[in-house]
Amino acid sequence: MNVLIDNFSLYAEGFLGTLELTVYSSVLALLLGFLMASFRVAPVRSLRVFGTVWVTVLRNTPLTLLFFAVLLGLPRFGVVLPFEVFAVLALGCYTSAFICEALRSGINTVPTGQGEAARSLGMTFTQTLNLVVLPQAFRSVIPPVGSTLIALAKNSAIAGAFSVTELLGTYKTLSELGYNIVWTFVWIAVGYLIITFAISALFNALEKKWGVAR
Amino acid sequence: MGSRPLTPATATALYDVPGPRTRRRHRIYSAVAAAVLLGLLAWILYLLFDTEQFTYTKWMPFAYQGIQELLLRGLGNTLKAFALAAALALVLGGMLAAGRLSDHRSLRVLATVVVEFFRAMPVLVMIFFIFVALKAQPLTALVAGLALYNGSVLAEVFRSGVNAVERGQREAAFALGMRKTQVMVHVLVPQAVRAMLPAIISQLVVALKDTSLGYLITYEEFLHAGKLIASNLDYDLPFIPVVMVISPIYIGMCMLLSWFAGRVSRWERHSPKTRAVELTTADPGTLLPGGEPPTAPRP
Repeated sequence: MNVLIDNFSLYAEGFLGTLELTVYSSVLALLLGFLMASFRVAPVRSLRVFGTVWVTVLRNTPLTLLFFAVLLGLPRFGVVLPFEVFAVLALGCYTSAFICEALRSGINTVPTGQGEAARSLGMTFTQTLNLVVLPQAFRSVIPPVGSTLIALAKNSAIAGAFSVTELLGTYKTLSELGYNIVWTFVWIAVGYLIITFAISALFNALEKKWGVAR
Repeated sequence: MGSRPLTPATATALYDVPGPRTRRRHRIYSAVAAAVLLGLLAWILYLLFDTEQFTYTKWMPFAYQGIQELLLRGLGNTLKAFALAAALALVLGGMLAAGRLSDHRSLRVLATVVVEFFRAMPVLVMIFFIFVALKAQPLTALVAGLALYNGSVLAEVFRSGVNAVERGQREAAFALGMRKTQVMVHVLVPQAVRAMLPAIISQLVVALKDTSLGYLITYEEFLHAGKLIASNLDYDLPFIPVVMVISPIYIGMCMLLSWFAGRVSRWERHSPKTRAVELTTADPGTLLPGGEPPTAPRP
């Protein structure tokens, strides 16, 4: 318990770092994932190919390698940004591939007949998309997107090991200060659990409000 | 032309089958988009040349035997960690799944707690805990962390596989007078494993990808070898060349294993031995480290 009370500000800083990283990366991953999903279901062939390549490559890349390449590689091109931004980029791009797949399979769960019926009623493409397809897809993608974002929060620990201010990174300072290492890790673990449970609770609420009754 | 000219794979709720004019328009869009994407690629290539990534000094190290051996040793260590972690995770997963399916309440509760705890923890926190707090060797820490995490996920995969086998199979086996262990070993588990094989292999891809976490605890694996070369001043810090060499190998290995998972999934679909159980497909979450375990839908 002492470890937490004595170093509350350090823990709080790390916790907020993880939280910030998670939120910004989630936003990037959702936006990019949506873009890639729309590429993958588009009738335009080259966009479809691009989306497929993006997803296949990123899904099969180790996240550590991506962090390594982005955090240490981009500066070689003269791109100088704070480490936090690089971490958000790496984490966001990586997770976007999984978000894309979740969204795409959500769109594919909408039966073809729904779109055909909408069009036969004379709805335009925008109307079909906004009034028929997306609302139904949205309902079915809540659980997979939630679990993807939980995974993102957990993966943000890798950023801590690349010296971004983050919850896992606090262990280094604390072990140098000579605190009990086991308790140090217990509180780090609690911090992660708080974040993952918060995301899980948020998505359960969303699911309850908008989810499909199964 | 029939009433449904589209195959189900390309049919979508989003738009109708395009007519000739729309197809022409799509082709124009496609060309424009391809031009933009190629432009982007050309710009990246220009940047690479502009920042002198293709100089002789930066690529020279890869011609040295010592460097090649260093990389190969790193790759060997990666594969060693993967093999150990995969084997241990499969064993642990089997044990935890057996615990979760046990008739004894205490065992069930214990296994559930273990599985839920290790699934909820970031795998890196576990690896660091074993490495720093328990002062383990890097390889031990990496393998133990990966085995605990992936074992817990695999336990869920096994369990959902067993639960997905048609009820009649279990009932028939019990009716024949088999004991619970016999029902499990001879009837349920073989069918469950067959059905979940694609998911199990996909989870192993996650383990393979996560061996690169060993880099963070100074385990001398592939990425670590790359870093050693990349930070060498004699070769003018060949960082980009190193990434260009090691990432295709990493991605290639993972893609090979993912492709194999897809292949197995296709084989199993045609196998008469999986008729009584719903098959898993390689679904979106499966390759995500820290993601949900793929579960079979219950019949």
